[in-house]
Amino acid sequence: MGQINLKKVSKSFGNVEVIPPLDLEINDGEFVVFVGPSGCGKSTLLRLIAGLEDVTSGEIAIDGQDATGLPPAKRGLAMVFQSYALYPHMSVRKNIAFPLKMAGLPVEERNRRVEEAAKVLNLTDYLDRRPGQLSGGQRQRVAIGRSIVREPEAFLFDEPLSNLDAALRMGMRLEISELHKRLETTMVYVTHDQIEAMTMADKIVVLQAGVIEQVGSPLELYKRPCNKFVASFIGSPKMNFVEGEEAAKHDAHTIGIRPEHIAVSSEEGLWAGKIGVSEHLGSDTFFHVAVEGFAESITVRADGEIGLEYGDQIYLTPKLDNLHKFDADGLRIE
Amino acid sequence: MATHHSRSAARLMMAPTVILLLGWMLVPLIMTLYFSFKKYLPLRGGDLGWVGFDNYVRFVTSSSFWPSVATTLFIVGCVLAITVILGILLAMLLDQPMWGQGIVRILVIAPFFVMPTVSALVWKNMFMDPTNGILAHLWRFFGAEPVEWLSQASLQSIVMIVSWQWLPFATLILLTAIQSLDSEQLEASEMDGANHLKRFWYIILPHLGRAITIVVLIQTIFLLSIFAEIFVTTAGAFGTKTLTYLIFQRVLESQNVGLGSAGGVYAIILANLVAIFLMRIVGKNLDT
Repeated sequence: MGQINLKKVSKSFGNVEVIPPLDLEINDGEFVVFVGPSGCGKSTLLRLIAGLEDVTSGEIAIDGQDATGLPPAKRGLAMVFQSYALYPHMSVRKNIAFPLKMAGLPVEERNRRVEEAAKVLNLTDYLDRRPGQLSGGQRQRVAIGRSIVREPEAFLFDEPLSNLDAALRMGMRLEISELHKRLETTMVYVTHDQIEAMTMADKIVVLQAGVIEQVGSPLELYKRPCNKFVASFIGSPKMNFVEGEEAAKHDAHTIGIRPEHIAVSSEEGLWAGKIGVSEHLGSDTFFHVAVEGFAESITVRADGEIGLEYGDQIYLTPKLDNLHKFDADGLRIE
Repeated sequence: MATHHSRSAARLMMAPTVILLLGWMLVPLIMTLYFSFKKYLPLRGGDLGWVGFDNYVRFVTSSSFWPSVATTLFIVGCVLAITVILGILLAMLLDQPMWGQGIVRILVIAPFFVMPTVSALVWKNMFMDPTNGILAHLWRFFGAEPVEWLSQASLQSIVMIVSWQWLPFATLILLTAIQSLDSEQLEASEMDGANHLKRFWYIILPHLGRAITIVVLIQTIFLLSIFAEIFVTTAGAFGTKTLTYLIFQRVLESQNVGLGSAGGVYAIILANLVAIFLMRIVGKNLDT
C-alpha cells in the first residue's frame, strides 16, 4: 500500500508562503510526476511528503494514517536525491545496506537483499567499489538500490536525472519506468523536464508558484490543458498562441495551436508567412515562421525535409479540431 | 604543465625556493650533528675536540632522559585527545545556526592568537595561583582547600594550558570540514532511519576523518616542541621536563653544547618515530 493524501497542506518560510494550502491525492501504485518551472515549489512539496520539512498547516496521511508529525524514517518512504547523496566513505554494498543496518536486520538478511537489489539494477560487479569510482548512471542506480532494499510504501525522486547527460537520461528514464512496472509501488517524481513527465507519468501534477494548475494523465494535459500555463508547459516545442483579430474569429481572447497541428504548404493556406530559423532534426523539421499580422512568430512542424529554406514563402493551415481557446484570464473555453 | 618545455621551465623557476628551503633545513641539521660529536663547553674552555659517541651515551644514560620522553609523549597524547574530542563537539555546536554567530566564532578562535608565553602567564597568575587565582577563589567558595596546580598537578596543568591554546585550531579546521558536508547526505541518512547518534557515527565522523588527520599531524609537530608554557610555569620542575626542555637545560643551563646537540638528534629520532606511528594510524585517511 502506498496511498498519500495531502489535505490543505501549506508551507511558509518566514513570511514567504511558498505553497498555499493545496489538496492532492496519490493512489497506490501510481507514478505521479510533479512538474513545473524552477522555484515553483515542487521539490518543497516532495520534501514535505518525505518529512524533511515540517508543514506549516494541513495534514499529510500515508495509507490513511496521519503522518504529519512523523519523522522521515517512520513514514516508510524512500527518497532518491538530486545529488544521489551516496555516502562517499562506504562501498556500494554498504551504501545499499545502510537502511537495513539502521533497521537492525541480521547480516544474512541484509546481504541477501543487497545482492537481490544489485542484480535487479546490474550493480553486482560494482558492489565493492566506492561511489567515487562509479559513473553518473551507476551512482544513480546505487541511490535507487539504497531506496528499494527497504521495500518502502512509496518512492520519492527529486530530479534524479538532472545530473546525467542526454543519452544516459533517456536510458535511466526507461529503467525507472520498468522498475515501476515491476515493483508496482507508488512513485512520486519531481522534474522540471516536461518530456520526463510525459513519458513516465500515470498522473502529472503541474505546479506554478506552489499552486496546482492541473492534475491529469499526460494525454489529458496534452489534449485539454485547462489554462494557458499548462498549455505552454506541456508539449515540445511549445504551443503557439495567437491573440487579437484571429482569436476573435473563434470567439476567444487567445487561441493556441501546437506546432504539430498545423499543415504546411508552399502554395496555399490560411496564414501566409516567411520562414525564419529552421531546425532540422531529420525526422522532423521545425520552422519558425513570421506570419503577416501576428505579433509573435509561429512554430510549425513538418515531416522530414520538405525543401523550404530561410526566407521562403510558406502557408500554414491550423487543424481546427486541435485548436485550443482561452479567455482573457487564460482559462480554457470549451 | 603539460608540455616537456613547460615542465622544465617550472622546475627551473621552483629551484631557488627549493634550494633555499633545503639549505635552511640542512645547515642547522649538519651543525647539530657536528657539535654532537664534540666536547664543546662555551664557558669552560670552548671546543675541547672530538669525543665520538660519548655525548649520545651520556644523554641516554642520564636519569632524566626516559622520564622526559615519557612526559613529552604524555603531553602530546593528552592534548591531542582533548583538542580533537572537544574540537569536534565545539565545531558541531558552532555549526548550528544561532544568534551572534560571527562574534561567537571569533571569540572561540581568539585563544589561538595569544602568544604561548602570555597565555601561560595568564593561566599561572590569574587562574592557577593558589592564593589569588580564580580557581583558588572558586575552590574556597565551595569550602575546599585550593589546589596548588603547578606543583600538585603540574603535568595536568600544562596539558590544560596547551589544550586551551590548541582547541581553537582544531575547532576551526573541524568546523570548516563539517560545513562542507553535503546536507543531502544527512537527509538521506535521516530517511534511511539513522538517529542523531548514528548519523554522527556513520556520516559525520567519517566525513571528518581527513580533517582530524590534518589536525593530529599538524598539532603533533608543534606539541612535540612546546617550551614556553613549561618555561614560564614550572621551569621543568615537578616532573614537567620534556625532551625539548631537557635539551634546553643541557645547552644553556649546563653550558654543554655537545651534549645538547646529541639530545637534539634524539629529539629528531623521536619526532620521526611519532610521525611514522601516526601515519600508520591516520595516514590512510589522506588517500583518495
